[in-house]
Amino acid sequence: MKKPMIFSQFFKNNGAVMGSALIGLVAFWLIFLIILPQLSMLDYSFRYNLPPAEVGGPKDVYTLSNYEHLIYGSDSSHQTYNTVDLKVFMRTILAAMLVTIFNIFLCYPLAYFLGQSKGSGFVRLLVVLLIIPYWINEILRAFALRIIFGDSGLLNEALMFLHLTSAPIDFIRQDIALYAGLGYAYILLMLFPMYNVIESLDRNQIEAARDMGASWLHIHRRIVIPYAKPGIVSGATMVFMLSAGALAAPQILGGPSSLWFTQLVYQWFNDSLNWQQGAAYAIVLLVSTIVIVLTVMRVFKVNMGDIGK
Amino acid sequence: MSSGVAVDLENITIRFGDFTAVKDANVNINGGDFFSFLGPSGCGKTTILRAVSGFLDPSEGRVLIGGKDMAGIGPNKRPTALIFQNLALFPLMKVWENIAFSMEVAGASAGERRKRADELLDMIALGGQGDKLPSELSGGQKQRVAIARALCANPDVLLLDEPLSALDLKLRQHMRTELREIQKRVGITFIYITHDQGEALTMSDNVAVMKAGVIEQIDTGHHIYDDPSTPFVASFVGENNVFRGKVKSINGANAVISTNRSGDLLSRITPAQVGKMQVGDDAMMFIRPEALELAPTDAASETTITANVMNEEFEGNSFSVFLEGDGGKMIKMSVPNLGQDHISARGENLSLRYDASNAVAMPAGELASE
Ligand SMILES: Nc1ncnc2c1ncn2[C@@H]1O[C@H](COP(=O)(O)OP(=O)(O)OP(=O)(O)O)[C@@H](O)[C@H]1O
Ligand SMILES: [Mg+2]
Repeated sequence: MKKPMIFSQFFKNNGAVMGSALIGLVAFWLIFLIILPQLSMLDYSFRYNLPPAEVGGPKDVYTLSNYEHLIYGSDSSHQTYNTVDLKVFMRTILAAMLVTIFNIFLCYPLAYFLGQSKGSGFVRLLVVLLIIPYWINEILRAFALRIIFGDSGLLNEALMFLHLTSAPIDFIRQDIALYAGLGYAYILLMLFPMYNVIESLDRNQIEAARDMGASWLHIHRRIVIPYAKPGIVSGATMVFMLSAGALAAPQILGGPSSLWFTQLVYQWFNDSLNWQQGAAYAIVLLVSTIVIVLTVMRVFKVNMGDIGK
Repeated sequence: MSSGVAVDLENITIRFGDFTAVKDANVNINGGDFFSFLGPSGCGKTTILRAVSGFLDPSEGRVLIGGKDMAGIGPNKRPTALIFQNLALFPLMKVWENIAFSMEVAGASAGERRKRADELLDMIALGGQGDKLPSELSGGQKQRVAIARALCANPDVLLLDEPLSALDLKLRQHMRTELREIQKRVGITFIYITHDQGEALTMSDNVAVMKAGVIEQIDTGHHIYDDPSTPFVASFVGENNVFRGKVKSINGANAVISTNRSGDLLSRITPAQVGKMQVGDDAMMFIRPEALELAPTDAASETTITANVMNEEFEGNSFSVFLEGDGGKMIKMSVPNLGQDHISARGENLSLRYDASNAVAMPAGELASE
């Protein structure tokens, strides 16, 4: 009942020509840039990696072998598991979760401060200062972090100068640089949705709660956080999805022994030229992250609609 | 019923940077009183209330609640409850959770909270609506929930910042009576802020009239209306006709003002100014529209005004006749509708009379701008 009404309203507001053009563009974007490429990836993931001559031939049939490879490796008897790849997968998901949680805790106080001291020129300056580093290319930023975290980098120099450590700490091998880089890469995507909702929270509500004797902790737990929840979840969703799917930061900042799942995907596509296998890995990652996000939204009782706000 | 807790403001001055929002305010509010601050927008009413509730500290002076100095005591520790101009109900909590929020803060169990919330809901005639969200209530209902939420904390002093300003006229009038009744029932001190003089006059035991951060007069509603002590109060509270002139003679509490355009007129001196006015001083004299009436031919000239009719308006229960007045302002006379077709004709020269006891004279000063 609701949908047709929305559509007729849409056409009334935009006119028939403009309305059709807009819908056409959105449809083009959805179909050609999102749905079709993903569908072809899905199709790839169920096929064998055949030499060009055999594509379309009798051997070109659907198979689950690409998915089985992630679980069992090249062992066709299914006796041993592909522990290497599975570990990388689990580590990627867990690390992305940690990065997300870390970002939530880091951004919440900042978003609260920025959102509640609205209007002041100082705050606007702060926001601009936060944005400027993001004008710089992601890869450059990652290399910059690598310089900071390197053996003779800024951080180690500072620590040694302060005599907090005698020998340089290997931030890269310990993956500290990787987590810092991932956290930093998408932190604004966490900050801004939070900031936007908190900014719209009526200050009087906070004062009313305070007037009734509430402690700061209670005010945040009962008033601010429930109000900011859609912003927090929408930020968390983006940070989680993007960290899990990040490539530049793990490539540049990851230790030599630790792989990110996207790096495996990349290797299948690029080094092994096995697109079918790569597509299967990519699809597993995509589906898992979507399932995790939907579960979290379910647990925290947030609707898709709230996130779009 | 408690006897209520007194609130005293001693020489309160509040500055924001260079700007002085409240200047040397001295107010003594008796326990259990309904006390109103009345004044135009931006005169510092909310600022005073925030100083009483503890959200800001006065730059100078002291706030005493129940005789106790409140310096350094935060809003969450004061025995006051504030009802905000926009109510500030918590949108994500149910009505009953809103009402019992102060108990939740104090750590009461859900059962206790629900019980008390239901009692208060009955008191505000919203029994059974506790499980709704605030957004599902009407304006007047939200209003009452905000009052119940404030009362739930058992405050000694309830502070209300123009809580009725968002309601329509009918509901506002209804809520006035209701607020007054609630106040009588709970017996605690109410400090009420409004720029609506009708509200201040009907509900309050005492009213403080403010102008640009300065308290001009503190009195009962009756006295504010009948014995304004400054031209600002006379012209801000209710409608008033002003006559400018100089004091011609003084006889005890009465004076003859030689007015710029209506000759010598006899008036009472407003009580606060008796003995302080001198012959020759610039003076203002005020007569309310309802104190003017058509003069019989033999009326005494010192209480008669003659002027040309500019306009007449039918108001239902009365006619308003506007006559040419002093300094571009019109003189307004209000005549009860007793079945007449009309009172006057445009351009007609009318003689109006009044009782000298219904006119008040005071030293000239600034009028409220309308
Ligand atoms: N935090 C502040 N910083 C600077 N100036 C302020 C601040 N709060 C209030 N003022 C100024 O103090 C004056 C009084 O403000 P206040 O809010 O007390 O007015 P009000 O009488 O409540 O008006 P209204 O009826 O419109 O609510 C105003 O001129 C306002 O601009
Ligand atoms: Mg105000």
